[in-house]
This record gives sequence, C-alpha cells and structure tokens, in this order.
Amino acid sequence: MLYALCFLLFMIGLYCAITKKNMVKIVIGIMVMEYAVNLFLIMLGYRTNGIAPIIGKGDLNPETGQVLSSFINGSVDPLPQALVLTSIVISLGSLALMISLCIRIYGKYRTFDITKIRRLRG
Amino acid sequence: MLILYVLMLFMIIAAVIAVETRNLLSAVICVGSIGFVGSLMFLFLCAPDIAITQIVVEVLGLIILIRATISRDLTFISGDKEFFGVVVSIVLIAVIFLAGMKVLDTLPAFGTAIFTQVPDAASQVYLSEGLQRTGAANIVTSVILDFRAYDTLGEATVLFTSILGASAILRKKSRRRLG
Repeated sequence: MLYALCFLLFMIGLYCAITKKNMVKIVIGIMVMEYAVNLFLIMLGYRTNGIAPIIGKGDLNPETGQVLSSFINGSVDPLPQALVLTSIVISLGSLALMISLCIRIYGKYRTFDITKIRRLRG
Repeated sequence: MLILYVLMLFMIIAAVIAVETRNLLSAVICVGSIGFVGSLMFLFLCAPDIAITQIVVEVLGLIILIRATISRDLTFISGDKEFFGVVVSIVLIAVIFLAGMKVLDTLPAFGTAIFTQVPDAASQVYLSEGLQRTGAANIVTSVILDFRAYDTLGEATVLFTSILGASAILRKKSRRRLG
C-alpha cells in the first residue's frame, strides 16, 4: 500500500513535468519524481521493527569482536541508503543547472511560458 | 507504521498543491515541505544519514528555487492546447502507469526487505563483515567510502560538472575574445 502511494507521488510529478507549460513547474515536477524514487528505494530495504545500520557496543560479541547475528537479522539494508545518498546530492547539482537555465531564459524572453520561447531571437 | 501513512499522505497533498497552484512562490514552498517531510520519513525508515543529507540539500535547493522565482513577474499561461501534444502526454502517462501497476504486483509486502530473500546478497556481506574490513561502525559510511568509493568519486565528478555548467550559464559577461 505504501508502495502504491509512492507510485502515486511519482505519477503526480510525471503529470506535472509533462503537461505544465511553466518552466519552473516542470522543474518542480522533476523534483517530486526524484523524491518519490528515493523514497521507494529506501522502502525496498526496510524491515519491520528494523534498526539503523549502525553498530553499537551491544551488537558486538564481547569475546571475539564479531557482529552478533541479531544485528545482521534486524538491520535495514545499507546498500540502497548509500546509493540514495549519492542520488540526493546529484539531484541538487541537476537542480542548480536547471534553475540557472530557467533564469537565463527568463532574462532573454521575460517569460517562463515555454510556448512563447519558440521563436529564436539573436 | 501509521506515521508512515500520515507522512506519505501529507507529501501527496503537498505535491498536488505544488502542481496546481498558480503562484510560483507558494509552489516552491510546497516543494520544500515535501522535502522536509521526506526527511522525517527517512528518519522513520531507519535511515538517519539520508535524513541529515536531505535536510541540508533541501535548504540549499529551496534557496536556489526561491532565487529563481522571487521578483519575477507572474507568468499566466494561455490555454491553447495542441491536439498532438495532449495525445502524446496521455499516451505516455498511461504507458508508465500500466508498467508501474505491473511492477507493483511483483513487489514483496512492505516490511520484508528484498535483500533477505537473496541468499548471498552484497548487503549481507556489508552487514556481517563491514566492521572487520573497514573499521567503520556506520555501515552506510563504510559502503560509500570504502566498498563503493568509485561511486562516490563519480558523484563528486558529476556534482563538479553541474556546478561548472551552472556558473558558465549564469556568467554575466562573455569571455573577451583573444587576438
């Protein structure tokens, strides 16, 4: 059910990115899609009553120093978390690039409407 | 469990408002609220590192977005829609919706992590041997800075390139021509 709600959020972002004619609205749609995808990847690694993948003192075997199996069987998936961390930072970079394009186009055409910036102006 | 549903519904409502409102500044504020609630959601999904990163990135992104929209004229979109564009949008949305419904059927129930059903998944190795091999108590840190450090290097490259492109686009003066 949570997956379906996440997919609904993705579809809202897709609708916004495809049908809106305002450039900033398109950027907003792409951002909403990014949130939905990141959230979905984290949800795939979630376990009910899971614990964060950080090893504390109580998770170690006092004699051997090995990680206890209760930690391995109770922790959530660390791999999507690491990759989503990368994805979030990259989304900031792409947002900066898209917004700078919008500001530049606004400075040239005085509008955000993508139907009015078709004609070329030197 | 209930808190996840509440936060998710809040995100969806904020997304609808952000998509449908006319005022660009309020749309931007709604996107910011989606981001912060998403950060809370990451916290409840046992991902504290991502929650912290999301807050930092959200603040920076909100500043960038407000810089783009503030003191700009309101753009009112005239309502003449082209037939071809509408058909293409509807077909695209329908195809992606059907594909997504197919995928939703194959997913395991929420709360059973997908890596537990694969016997020798990489995540099991990270969880069991991450401390011995890298010495980092935080497994996420050991993954991004040791097991998959090349990914992080590529991320830094992409970030640097995009910031370079943004500063090149926003440059006020064109470079003086030599010779």
